Amino acid sequence: MIAARELRKSFGQVVAVAGVSFEAPDGRITGLLGPNGAGKSTTLRMLYTVLRPDAGDALIDGISIVAQPLEVRRSIGVLSHAAGVYPHLTARENILYFGELHGLARALRERRADELIELLDMQDFAARPAKGYSQGQRLKTALARALVHEPRNVLLDEPTNGLDVMAVRNLRTLLRRLRDRGQCVVFSSHVMQEVAELCDEIVVIARGAVVASGTVTALRERTGEAALEDAFVKLIGSDAGLE
Amino acid sequence: MSAPRSRWRGIFTVFRKEFLENLRDKRTLLSALIIGPVFGPLLFAALTQFSVKQSDAASDEPVKLAISHTERAPNLVGWLSARGMDVTPVQLDEDAARAAVVDRTYKIVLAIPKNFAARLASSRPAAVLVYSDGSRAFEARSVARVKTLVGQYGQQMAQMRLVARGVDPLIAVPVAVQDVDVSTPTTRSVLLLSMLSYIVLLSMLVGGLYLAIDATAGERERGSLEPLLTTPVPRANLIYGKILASAAYMLLSLLLTVTAFAIAVRFIGLERFGMSANLGPQAAATIIACCAPIALLGASFLTIIAAFAKSYREAQSYLSFVIAVPTLPLVFAGMLGLTATTTLMLVPFLSQHLLITSILRAEPIDTLQLLVSVVSTLGIGTLLAWVAGRLYNREALLG
Repeated sequence: MIAARELRKSFGQVVAVAGVSFEAPDGRITGLLGPNGAGKSTTLRMLYTVLRPDAGDALIDGISIVAQPLEVRRSIGVLSHAAGVYPHLTARENILYFGELHGLARALRERRADELIELLDMQDFAARPAKGYSQGQRLKTALARALVHEPRNVLLDEPTNGLDVMAVRNLRTLLRRLRDRGQCVVFSSHVMQEVAELCDEIVVIARGAVVASGTVTALRERTGEAALEDAFVKLIGSDAGLE
Repeated sequence: MSAPRSRWRGIFTVFRKEFLENLRDKRTLLSALIIGPVFGPLLFAALTQFSVKQSDAASDEPVKLAISHTERAPNLVGWLSARGMDVTPVQLDEDAARAAVVDRTYKIVLAIPKNFAARLASSRPAAVLVYSDGSRAFEARSVARVKTLVGQYGQQMAQMRLVARGVDPLIAVPVAVQDVDVSTPTTRSVLLLSMLSYIVLLSMLVGGLYLAIDATAGERERGSLEPLLTTPVPRANLIYGKILASAAYMLLSLLLTVTAFAIAVRFIGLERFGMSANLGPQAAATIIACCAPIALLGASFLTIIAAFAKSYREAQSYLSFVIAVPTLPLVFAGMLGLTATTTLMLVPFLSQHLLITSILRAEPIDTLQLLVSVVSTLGIGTLLAWVAGRLYNREALLG
């Protein structure tokens, strides 16, 4: 369960996020939808405690990201934008490393690594150094690494970037499975079809602020448009940055 | 596994991962295990052979000397030829002699003026001119030999004049200087071996260099830094783990380099050149012990610099510059003729350099000095590690 309250962040003169509030309940997939440069990534980076908000706060399972970032990190799994893996480690070692950093005992992290390798269909390459991985293989490794400690909340920044159709389908299946187990899933995207297909809740962000939020149906009703794309264009006030 | 909530949580995990991952990285391995330990002693051996050959050659080889107007001083020319000068008679006026040296036709020209014989005969000082290029240090020895020989010729003439006037020539030698060289084979080789301390310190730093870059700028460039920062490990602990891994590679490099030197010195056979080095197993162990504290300081220092860089490449260019730092104490120590004192032991790199030099000279090591050096270097290293930990808490780190 994530509750963001009036999050603000500027980089020098540039205001990246100007007061973002939304709620992402457990057992739902929440999509942050917006054009490039709208502030989606910055919002996520504040939620996963890499950036500190200039103002505002967010509670993740009731814990403040500002006051107790270390505690928050125990309950989140993160797939960051440039999900880099360690090239000289195998996928399995990459996963185990993060398990250890999360404080999992050896037996537990090895069991989790094996489970995730099977779940994400990584058997072919899991024992090979990550140096020669394809984009999809790297992403799977990064995803498994983010899930090794069974986080209650999963945050993903543009997870489908650079993936082929099959990989995107697998990712969707995985995210639905997490949701069905009662986890809170938040992901950002600028691809509308993707959000419409997968999300239970949509938060539309433009120019650093939330311009609308609700279910797909609710958003259509609110704007009176049949097609979500038209609704979206109407909400953000232009068609810049859309795909 | 360490207690998950302890203060030092994660440090060992990061250390072990960085250490093992870099064992698989050719570049790190090459810089830690090959460059210092192999090329250091090789370079040293080559330089030793070369400089020993140079000094051997210089004293035996006849000096090539062009003498302008040999007919004006046949006795002097005969004297010089008889004492190992390879004389070329030439006819050059003042400007031509100067030009000949400048354009390297002759390296040294001895010009005998027209009035030489006349002045000699009238017992007035007769000038001769020695043209040489003082900026060519290599020829300084030959020039000195020419001047000494001419001087000796003059002295002999002076003595003959005194004898001719019935005066004891010894009256003109009020003070006699006798040179007593107390250097031993061990101390004579120190000049060369002071290079050893430089190579050892340098190859230590090079050993941890790539890990320091990879763990900071490299990690950021690869995009693996941000996921790392989302784990429940305090940021400072992440960087402490990385510093320790870099320090471990430096220690490995130190161990190998000193061992390689100890073996190489035997093969070079310094004794042949009247030199010997105190670099047995015990001396090698002492050198390793007094350099080991540099690892923490060096790793923290390089990590701080690398953390400031925006990219791997930028870090690399900063560090190749910074890595010259250990040469500074060597230069100062040489220029000022510094010897080990307790105060100087406070200065990292300088204290190690002075201690290594003492060890190589087979001088007894002052325990207090060694202690001050170790404690001060470790103290500064700890301080720098703390600074690096603080830096890792800044958002600017994410670039």
